[in-house]
Amino acid sequence: MTGRRMRRIAGALSCALVLAPGRAPAETPDALDELLNSIAARRHAHAAYTEVQYRGLLDRPHESSGELRFDAPDRLEKRVLEPKPETLVLEHGVLSATRGHHTRTLELAAWPQLAPLLEGLRATLAGDRAALERVFSIRFERSAAHWTLHLAPRDARAAQLLREVTIAGDQAKVANVQILEADGDHSVLTIGRELAP
Amino acid sequence: MTRAGWAATLVFAMLAALAAGVALRARYTADLSAFLPRAPTERQRLLTEELRAGLASRVLMIAIEGGDPNTRAQVAADLAGRLRGDPAFIEVSDGDPGGFARSAEFLLRHRYQLSDAVTPEHFTADGLRAAIGDTIDLLASPEGLLAKPLFAADPTGETLHILDQLDTPRIATLDGVWSSPDGRRALLIAQTAAAGSDTDGQQQASSAVRRAFAAAVAARPGAARALALRLSGPGVFAVTARELIRSQVLRLSALSALLIAALLLAAYRSVAALLLTFVPVAAGALAGVAAVALGFPLVHGITLGFGVTLIGESVDYAIYLFVGAAEWRQRVWPTIRLGMLTSVCGFAALLPSAFQGLAQLGLYSIAGLAAAALVTRFVLPQWRPQILRTRDLTPLGTALRAALVKARAARAGLALLALIAGLVLLEHRAALFSRELTDLSPVPLADQELDARLRADLGAPDARYLVVVTSPDEGAALQSAEAAAERLRSLTEAQVIGGFESPTRYLPSPAAQRARQASLPPPAELAARLKQALVGLPVSAARLAPFLSDVEAARRAPLLTLPELAGTPFASAVAALLSVSPAVTTVFLPISPVAGRELSESSLHEVRAAVAAASGAARALAPPAAVTASVLDLKSEADELYSHYLVQAATLSVAGLGAMLVLLAVTRSPVRALRIVAPLALAVVVVAAGLAAAGERLGILHVVGMLLIVAVGSNYALFFDRLDREGGDVPRTLASLAVANLATVIGFGVLAFSSVPVLAALGRTTAPGALLALLFAALLAPRAVWSEAA
Repeated sequence: MTGRRMRRIAGALSCALVLAPGRAPAETPDALDELLNSIAARRHAHAAYTEVQYRGLLDRPHESSGELRFDAPDRLEKRVLEPKPETLVLEHGVLSATRGHHTRTLELAAWPQLAPLLEGLRATLAGDRAALERVFSIRFERSAAHWTLHLAPRDARAAQLLREVTIAGDQAKVANVQILEADGDHSVLTIGRELAP
Repeated sequence: MTRAGWAATLVFAMLAALAAGVALRARYTADLSAFLPRAPTERQRLLTEELRAGLASRVLMIAIEGGDPNTRAQVAADLAGRLRGDPAFIEVSDGDPGGFARSAEFLLRHRYQLSDAVTPEHFTADGLRAAIGDTIDLLASPEGLLAKPLFAADPTGETLHILDQLDTPRIATLDGVWSSPDGRRALLIAQTAAAGSDTDGQQQASSAVRRAFAAAVAARPGAARALALRLSGPGVFAVTARELIRSQVLRLSALSALLIAALLLAAYRSVAALLLTFVPVAAGALAGVAAVALGFPLVHGITLGFGVTLIGESVDYAIYLFVGAAEWRQRVWPTIRLGMLTSVCGFAALLPSAFQGLAQLGLYSIAGLAAAALVTRFVLPQWRPQILRTRDLTPLGTALRAALVKARAARAGLALLALIAGLVLLEHRAALFSRELTDLSPVPLADQELDARLRADLGAPDARYLVVVTSPDEGAALQSAEAAAERLRSLTEAQVIGGFESPTRYLPSPAAQRARQASLPPPAELAARLKQALVGLPVSAARLAPFLSDVEAARRAPLLTLPELAGTPFASAVAALLSVSPAVTTVFLPISPVAGRELSESSLHEVRAAVAAASGAARALAPPAAVTASVLDLKSEADELYSHYLVQAATLSVAGLGAMLVLLAVTRSPVRALRIVAPLALAVVVVAAGLAAAGERLGILHVVGMLLIVAVGSNYALFFDRLDREGGDVPRTLASLAVANLATVIGFGVLAFSSVPVLAALGRTTAPGALLALLFAALLAPRAVWSEAA
């Protein structure tokens, strides 16, 4: 019980830390367009990542790592290599998850709860502001080269599970994605070095 | 009018009223399956039952086109909501995940009875560790968001496992509703309460969709006005076919009646005679419908369409009366009577056909021709003195005779014609007959294309392949279906088949449920194993208390039975795939091919082998209840069935021709009989060759058309035979034959332009055939006919 509360506090703290640089005044929409355009200039991206998930159900954080690959406009692949291989592909609004020989597919339109998890990153990388606006209400902050997008799900069912997706970066580069769930569970995905395409 | 005349008129009026009463009370259908055999084998019974009322026959595909995607989605969701409240529909799906949520709740509640992963090994310490470990991994992925709320109660992931087993169709979605892959149509699937063969019920269902759509559009701003509704499915086809046949029957009979009336007016120059000519025609049509209505439970639309064709033949009788020679009763009537009896003999051969449609045509023709002839004989002459004399057509007959005498020089050419026709038939023998049942379908090609497009969009199973398991015992049938499903699952994994559906996914056999319950350890034992399993896993046993209590509840839960499925989204799926009656339980497992491909011959072979092996194993396991399992390919079975009945129709027609021959041979000398038959046979062969050369494949209605050629043509040949034997007024007889023939050719010729394939086939066969039959009969008539008048 106390462990859980501790983790919650730790989670809130880590969020606060991440949010701290974003105290700068909100930017005009034009600045967001400018940023999205500069990110979208890259049609393909391939990079390593590490992720840490904090879940109240589990006694310790879950760490994983792998590769992220994006092909404009709507194919996002997350390949988990450690600790257990798994491939997630979001393409044309369909999420397919492959573990071993088994592939499960989900239509994001049928699962509005899941849509924000990957759609935020995909739409940001694609520079697709319309898609972002459709799924989230956006708060955009910027200080010098650093920027942060606070994305709160619009869909009521999604909002019951998910409080906010926060995407942060420097200039045209996305640095990390944080997901804060309604029950306090949260995760931080950090994008590392670029890999050969 | 004489007293006899009044009496005849009175009897006629009473019979006509009676027939009209019967015809009005009759039930009409346009469903092709109603045309199918009435006494098939067990396998064929399953097939026709499936075609008539099965799952596939109840599918109504709904597409919304035009406008913008958002409006389409809104109207589609609204339409689905309206239809869900309509008892005419068992189920309406539009991609709304609400239905999915409802189903998940049911699956969660019964997970330990439904999941085939529940085995004793699964609940050992090692089994639990592996399953819980997998679920923990799943929590890290996006689906973890959905799995998380279930984790404490279902750490072994049974609910997701069941969901994975469900073969949900992969349909694109746009704005929350199903959409075609190109995003231009919003899609819904409805399952009607009415069977596909219940054309009235299907028509009501279609109208209900149209009304609901109109209401959904009206409830929205102007943008929705641009939307268009498209419907397809077997029931829609049946409705379209019935409408099409009805409108064509009306239009074509009106057109041919008009043309024949113009011809007769020109011939008779008497309106009264014209009107009287149509009395036997109407009497024949009425008698035909009444006879079929009495003899069969349903009158088929095609039979009704056949009524139009009878105008062409029954109109002849009155023409012979009005245009033909004097002393009609002594000289003409015996010829007509023999011709009529010959036709009746020919059509009687169709009566024993197990192909309902063919038997209906036979009965219709017999009743219709007999009624027309009898009215011409007993009623019309009573009225005849009341009317003015008709025009004398002797000059026409004289001119015809002169032309025919000249044409006789070319009669040697007939042998050559026969030879050529024979060669053409020989060359086309491989592709002479149509083999597909759908060739009978009157549904326009554009509608069939729309259907194929929507099916592709929806990935809707065209339910062509079915595994069918039957047993007197429900539990044994389900158990055997499970054994078959087990092997089908391996075939799916091996990509031999794309997938399959089974009611045992939602309603496992009692044996399987009991086995699963027996796999669940008692509470203390489970707690101990769980504690052991969780060593090294990042979760403590305390969090999984709900799991322990749920397992204990499942251990003591009563068996899941059919009534408990009521109200769940699976009820309709099970209802469609499982039929339980006190005598027999039948389980259907529809098989779908690997996406975008047909099921190959070798795949089908593997499925058959798997089903045979499964039923063998099941029999060895639980001997008593007789279980049968077989694989049905609905399309090839239906086509095979059709081929079979085509052959039967051909055989029966030949028998009919034989019956006519025998009748003629009995009443005439063999030489005379041959002389009567030769021109008719020649006409049939030449027409068949002509159709084959034109690339038309012969179907059942062509065969019936040929029977009609002989029926009509025998009259002509018999007239020449009479002229030869008894002499007579050659020009007047010729004139009456010419007028009668022209009327027949008009009557059938109009049909040749019908867009209903079966009617067109009849027209294209009989119209040229009747013309040729008269021409050949005249050319082959004995010299005496011509020389007497020379």
